[in-house]
Amino acid sequence: MNDIRTQEMNLNFGPQHPSTHGVYRGVFTMEGEYITKCVNHIGYLHRGIEKLAESRTYTQFIPYNGRLDYVSGMLNEEAYVRTVEKLMGISDQVPERAEYIRVIMAELQRIASHLVFYSSMALDMAGFTPWTYGFRERDTILDLFEMAAGSRMMPNYMRFGGVAADLNEEFMPALRKLLDIMPKCMEEYHGILTGNEIFQARTKGVAPLSREKALNYGISGPSARASGIDYDLRRDEPYGIYDRFKFNVPVRQTGDTLDRYMVRMDEIAESVKILEQAYRELPEGPVLAKVPKIIKPPAGEVYNRIEHSKGHLGFHIVSDGTPKPYRLRICSPCFVNVAIFEEMAVGLHLQDAVVAFASLDIVLGEIDR
Amino acid sequence: MDKKIDRQALVAFLNEKMDAQAEVFEDNTEGSIKVSRLKLGETMQELRENPQYKFDVLMNLSSVDYPENFTVIYHLFSIAHKHYLTVKVEITKENPCWVPSVSSVWKAAQVHEREVFDLMGILFNDHPDLRRILLPEDFAGHPLRKDFTQQAD
Repeated sequence: MNDIRTQEMNLNFGPQHPSTHGVYRGVFTMEGEYITKCVNHIGYLHRGIEKLAESRTYTQFIPYNGRLDYVSGMLNEEAYVRTVEKLMGISDQVPERAEYIRVIMAELQRIASHLVFYSSMALDMAGFTPWTYGFRERDTILDLFEMAAGSRMMPNYMRFGGVAADLNEEFMPALRKLLDIMPKCMEEYHGILTGNEIFQARTKGVAPLSREKALNYGISGPSARASGIDYDLRRDEPYGIYDRFKFNVPVRQTGDTLDRYMVRMDEIAESVKILEQAYRELPEGPVLAKVPKIIKPPAGEVYNRIEHSKGHLGFHIVSDGTPKPYRLRICSPCFVNVAIFEEMAVGLHLQDAVVAFASLDIVLGEIDR
Repeated sequence: MDKKIDRQALVAFLNEKMDAQAEVFEDNTEGSIKVSRLKLGETMQELRENPQYKFDVLMNLSSVDYPENFTVIYHLFSIAHKHYLTVKVEITKENPCWVPSVSSVWKAAQVHEREVFDLMGILFNDHPDLRRILLPEDFAGHPLRKDFTQQAD
């Protein structure tokens, strides 16, 4: 390095670069092939959703959640609806069947979100075939959402005290079919990408993240579990009916790019396990509790979080007793997770930085809100 | 979900150790403690390092614009003990209004504090890099304040 005279160069990575997964812009200072400094620029997709929430009623705000993390709309809605239920004190009134349907939807959405991660990470390494494989099953899941909620990507399906509509008769057979092919599909995913020599060489040991640093930066979700933080809200603080299901929490130790990838792939298999149990135990009954037409929570505030596909998604709602929230703060996992990239990118090749960025599983709609 | 800690004992401990002027804050659904802003940095350092409490994660940092004051709210969580704490700091609406930064205690606070500065206009002393994060550099005003008028919708 030192015997060749190099010149520092600033490289704008984004906001329209296809491998930034949206409108993220990173300004890299390059020393030859290596990155010596990285500055995040976010906010290109800022729509002011927190300000909008103050002029909408609680019910009117539900569709906005699908626009946050636009590849896991169901989970955003579940987080918001559970927070408002906790604020009103009606969490225990949700009917049994609605709770099961929520679990089914949440886990399907988690699989769909991780499949987008799998596909886009493969595409960032110029693997086009895995991209088509991942999106094939995601499409099946979106068909299921269309049967239940009437729309594919932004479902607007959760309601305070339950869900919007009961499942129709074609939903359960279609879910059964998906569960039957899923193990075979997992073999295909691993066969085509995980075992690939080029993939292994590009990811093993790249951009490791220590446990202490991950805790201090507030990293959560699969990225944190890859660094050895053994914490999953579904198992450790069960909300809803998650305490009735048996599943493992995949944890890995080194926190490099391969581990972050493997944790998410293992989570797909665990989600399939939860879906199998929910499919067997789904009871009959109503899907919506009797809640007032106009939602007026008592004055006070609440902070509640759930295990989102990217990490811990929390809502902090301050109510003053009127039908509109006084202040609503969305604490999104991606907003916190993207901050560590400034430190992670230093010392990497440009090609490795692209893969490390993909392994954080960033969605810009949630960062910018 | 909520493993409650004994807030009375915690407040007494903080007041004795560093004169934090802490008090138990009761008028909401969650239960929190209130700390004076002068001792905020030391208080947070103590909460993170003390083995009895060991709050190693800053989950959320938000701010509320009440009619009489601004409130900055810290939601803390401990992986080791699995308990929660909400800490509040009240600031009068002077100009400029400021709180000490806690980004030296938790790195996670850096982006949160930049966002609160951007949207609410609260300054954080000793923050390493306090710039706007979501809005353009030349934007005028702070949108989440209640006196920032929206377009009619």
